[in-house]
Amino acid sequence: MPKVKVPRKSTMVDMTAMTDVAFLLLTFFMLATKFKPDEPVTVNPPSSISEILVPDVDMMTITIDKNNHVFFGMEGQQYRAEMIKKIGVAHNVKFTDSQIKEFSLLSTFGIPIAQLPQFLDMKSEERAKIQQPGIPSDSLNNELGDWIWNARLSNNKVNIAIKGDQETQYPIVKRIMTTIQEKKLNRFYLITNMERGDEK
Amino acid sequence: MAELDTGGGGKHKGGKKKGKKLSTRVDFTPMVDLGFLLITFFMLTTSMNKPKTMDISMPDKTTTETKKIKESQAITLLLTKDDKVVYYFMKDGDPEAPLITDFSKNGIRATLLKENKLRNPKLDSVAIYKDQFSNRKIDEQTYKSHISSIKGHKDALIVVIKATDKSKYKNMIDILDEMLICNIGRYAIVDITPKELEMLKTVNLE
Repeated sequence: MPKVKVPRKSTMVDMTAMTDVAFLLLTFFMLATKFKPDEPVTVNPPSSISEILVPDVDMMTITIDKNNHVFFGMEGQQYRAEMIKKIGVAHNVKFTDSQIKEFSLLSTFGIPIAQLPQFLDMKSEERAKIQQPGIPSDSLNNELGDWIWNARLSNNKVNIAIKGDQETQYPIVKRIMTTIQEKKLNRFYLITNMERGDEK
Repeated sequence: MAELDTGGGGKHKGGKKKGKKLSTRVDFTPMVDLGFLLITFFMLTTSMNKPKTMDISMPDKTTTETKKIKESQAITLLLTKDDKVVYYFMKDGDPEAPLITDFSKNGIRATLLKENKLRNPKLDSVAIYKDQFSNRKIDEQTYKSHISSIKGHKDALIVVIKATDKSKYKNMIDILDEMLICNIGRYAIVDITPKELEMLKTVNLE
């Protein structure tokens, strides 16, 4: 019986289409990505059904972690540079130019003003390692209020948002809301996660 | 011009040099590899769901102007420890007995919807309209007008939210969320009074 000859086919596949798709997706993800600014703490905000998006620009965010430490962050490098100059004058703390530059690159921080120059002299790797003590926000020494005030002086369009952890205790939130109100801001945002699951 | 000699040599003696026909097919495999590697990287670093926010407005601290509300309209919610809510109504100037509930669907939400309907009996609760709207029983316009008339009804429930020091931030967000769900237009976050702390002692939730 004659053997049936199976024609040998080349194993080469045309990859062009696949490459096209791969690079299309790559382009999409590259454009859609917004790198997360490095945050000194991770917080897990509570969820809500609210569908208002956080504004992209002119935001100042007060982050409260689950150990009730307060962190402060503001968008915009030029505003941050201006803010630290103003706060330096108000608190009699001298900042060098390199410290100001370093600060303007810092998105979120939780350091009392007195320790800030020392903190800014550190290298960023060292900075990531240390546990930031949080900004004092009690009635005796309310530095948070000064930050809010100076942030508003640097950028008068600024919106304020509170980002708390689920486990954050209420008294500290109340204190921060009072601080904000004392600075004559009566409207602010509370950052939440999207509700998923049981909601209907 | 420089020319690369690809010929084996000695084959085409004297004749015109014939360039060897090379295939135009390039091996794409490494490029695809690289492409997918980068895709994986960007997919993992991208955070797709942007955080959402709630917008809240607080009263101006500088004015001491207060507005009296009808006590039949008011409900006071006390957010306490262990994710519990204590609520009470006022009657003839005195608080009624406090009731305990929680943040579940049949907890505070049911209470708020029921109480709101009680004060505005002409209209059903928001949940019912929402259901009807999603099943296309009523059109969008009717739905919206019902919603806004529930929210703006003159006898509608006014919620006073008081959080104790034992409550968590999550509880406050949850209760503000319930305000949104139950379509309550008027609510305020107020400091707790010593009298209410006493009241919480009676239900062992201070």
